Amino acid sequence: MCSAIPGKVIELYDKNSMLMGKIDYAGTIKEACLAYVPEVAVGQYVIVHAGFALNIINEEEAKKTFALWDEMTAKAESEGLDIFGMPLKDKK
Amino acid sequence: MRYLDEFRDPKIAKKIVEEIHTATTKDWGIMEVCGGQTHSIMKHGIDQLIPKQIELVHGPGCPVCVTPLEKIDKALAIASRDDVIFTSFGDMLRVPGSKKDLFMVKSEGGDVRIVYSPLDALKIAKENPNKKVVFFAVGFETTAPLTAMAAWQAKEQGINNFSLLVSHVLVPPAIIALQSSTENRVNGYLAAGHVCAVMGLEEYYPLAEKYKLPIVATGFEPVDILEGILMVVKQLESGKYEVENQYARVVNSEGDRPAMDIINKVFQVSDQKWRGIGLIPNSGLTLTDEMSLYDSEKVFDIADIKVDEPKECISGVILQGLKKPNQCPEFGKKCTPKNPLGATMVSSEGACAAYYAYHRRENV
Ligand code: SF4
Repeated sequence: MCSAIPGKVIELYDKNSMLMGKIDYAGTIKEACLAYVPEVAVGQYVIVHAGFALNIINEEEAKKTFALWDEMTAKAESEGLDIFGMPLKDKK
Repeated sequence: MRYLDEFRDPKIAKKIVEEIHTATTKDWGIMEVCGGQTHSIMKHGIDQLIPKQIELVHGPGCPVCVTPLEKIDKALAIASRDDVIFTSFGDMLRVPGSKKDLFMVKSEGGDVRIVYSPLDALKIAKENPNKKVVFFAVGFETTAPLTAMAAWQAKEQGINNFSLLVSHVLVPPAIIALQSSTENRVNGYLAAGHVCAVMGLEEYYPLAEKYKLPIVATGFEPVDILEGILMVVKQLESGKYEVENQYARVVNSEGDRPAMDIINKVFQVSDQKWRGIGLIPNSGLTLTDEMSLYDSEKVFDIADIKVDEPKECISGVILQGLKKPNQCPEFGKKCTPKNPLGATMVSSEGACAAYYAYHRRENV
């Protein structure tokens, strides 16, 4: 019930004085209430739960995470070490 | 899909698993509060990837599972009335009440409808002015702003044939209750990311301090969960107890202001019964006096429905993380998702159903 999924805002409009919008989930378009993300702009990604966008996905934070992973895997793989500088363990 | 596939990448997951193995030297109990995370852990076999020293304790964070039997029986009584259209999220329909469930009421002729959003329920009310339309408002802080908006809109638009049967629960009081139990084995928490998306992290700082707990707001994809576990383990191993945010792409520490504002306009904090666990002080939401016109429990005469929990199901112990589903004698025998004895077998987010779906049937 609490699963909420990311989707891209493709249209904004007003309905009963509530901010609403069309959300694109990898090709499937659905309506959602955007009253809880009043600052949202077309093109941004939001997390949607039961027809309501709860938050705008922070692209900066997401990019930081991705960059960290890239660095982590690349460095470790090149040296055969984990990020603490220990040799990678052999697992079954 | 963007912001989804990245968090399911096996290469990244493997890297984090290795880090968890390196970081872990002692035994730790880590609770994932949210049922969505329990489901993800079982689906991706995360419990089998991490070191044996780490025990994942499955928390009470499945709203379907903790909705008290009494509330289900009230729902059944309301849904059986001729003048009512009863609307609900789909996963509430198979939750067993003391004698039947909402599906049975539907098959007996009750007008029970599954809706995707509480606003859809409001729309049904608008279209059926001669019926009383009820929405079963269950869920954690994630769902509360949605049902609050439906009630608020009913008020704004003057839709007076709409009401909410409210059974909202709150996470932080549940953590306090779990920590106060003498049998508690939890050293750190993965806080439910979408609850934090609404409420922010504010409420968790005093809990981390008081109970010396690392608390990490965590997302739902496998990489999110692994990263959350790693962050908790690193804190535990170094004796820290801080609130951290793994899910910063969605959660900001202040939470979602407009959502919190509407919760406060429509609801007030009150004591709440949890199925299988019992009463937890200040752990629920009920409609404020000004909104009582939209409270199904006031609209319908159901106050005298009082029910006790059945004995054979041990879901209460499971929801407190004291036992695993496959330690229940009825698990996979008398109790299956087709024939659930308890609520934790009904919802795919319930611990018993997650164990059943992903074949964790051997006794541990
Ligand atoms: S397996 Fe069934 S009877 Fe046992 S605790 Fe889970 S829901 Fe209850």
